[in-house]
Amino acid sequence: MDVLYFAWVRERIGIPKEKVETNATTVMQLVEELKTREERYEVAFSDLSALRVAVDQELTDFDASLEGVREVAFFPPMTGG
Amino acid sequence: MRVVVQEEPFDFGREAQDFASGHSNMGAIVTFTGVVRDADKGGMDRMVIEHYPGMTQKALEKIAAEAVSRWDLGDVLVIHRHGELRQGDMIMMVATASRHRVNAFEAAEYLMDYLKSRAPFWKKEYTADGAEWVAAKDEDEDALSRW
Repeated sequence: MDVLYFAWVRERIGIPKEKVETNATTVMQLVEELKTREERYEVAFSDLSALRVAVDQELTDFDASLEGVREVAFFPPMTGG
Repeated sequence: MRVVVQEEPFDFGREAQDFASGHSNMGAIVTFTGVVRDADKGGMDRMVIEHYPGMTQKALEKIAAEAVSRWDLGDVLVIHRHGELRQGDMIMMVATASRHRVNAFEAAEYLMDYLKSRAPFWKKEYTADGAEWVAAKDEDEDALSRW
């Protein structure tokens, strides 16, 4: 699946987008998997209360299922308007 | 219902005029425009608004559709910019048309509250000291609870 990062999450991880092969079945499992990769992921995902997630371009929660999902995005709380 | 996400400036006067003149049976037209102000600590050179291209349009349309379902509205317009902006530039506007003003005002406020914290935009302010992401405010999140 495609994993996207925006705003300071993108800056901390250092890339806007990557393809991830995973067996994770929930967003939380994906986060745990990414955190074990490298320190920059661990830093970016250290405080999940400061993050939001969208699955297939819909806002959702960290316990959301990844079944059939093509795109997951992580970002800080939005500041539109 | 019209939802526009764009980098270039929009002409507020023309948009408001076009929106208002297209709804002759509506008694009330409300418009709101968001303008780039200085950073809270001052000295802002520019603001850059990042967004999530695949999701932004859909998220805004969903918010606008929800407003239409909740209030008796004749029409809704949402324009939101991204990219580089300067102090005084217009970031976004909403317009609502209704037979009566209460619906038009309330729906415009609803749109604004949801655009603040449910539309995938992120603002970064550049000052002489460097660049900082604008933090979401608790009060913006709290504002959603009244709807």
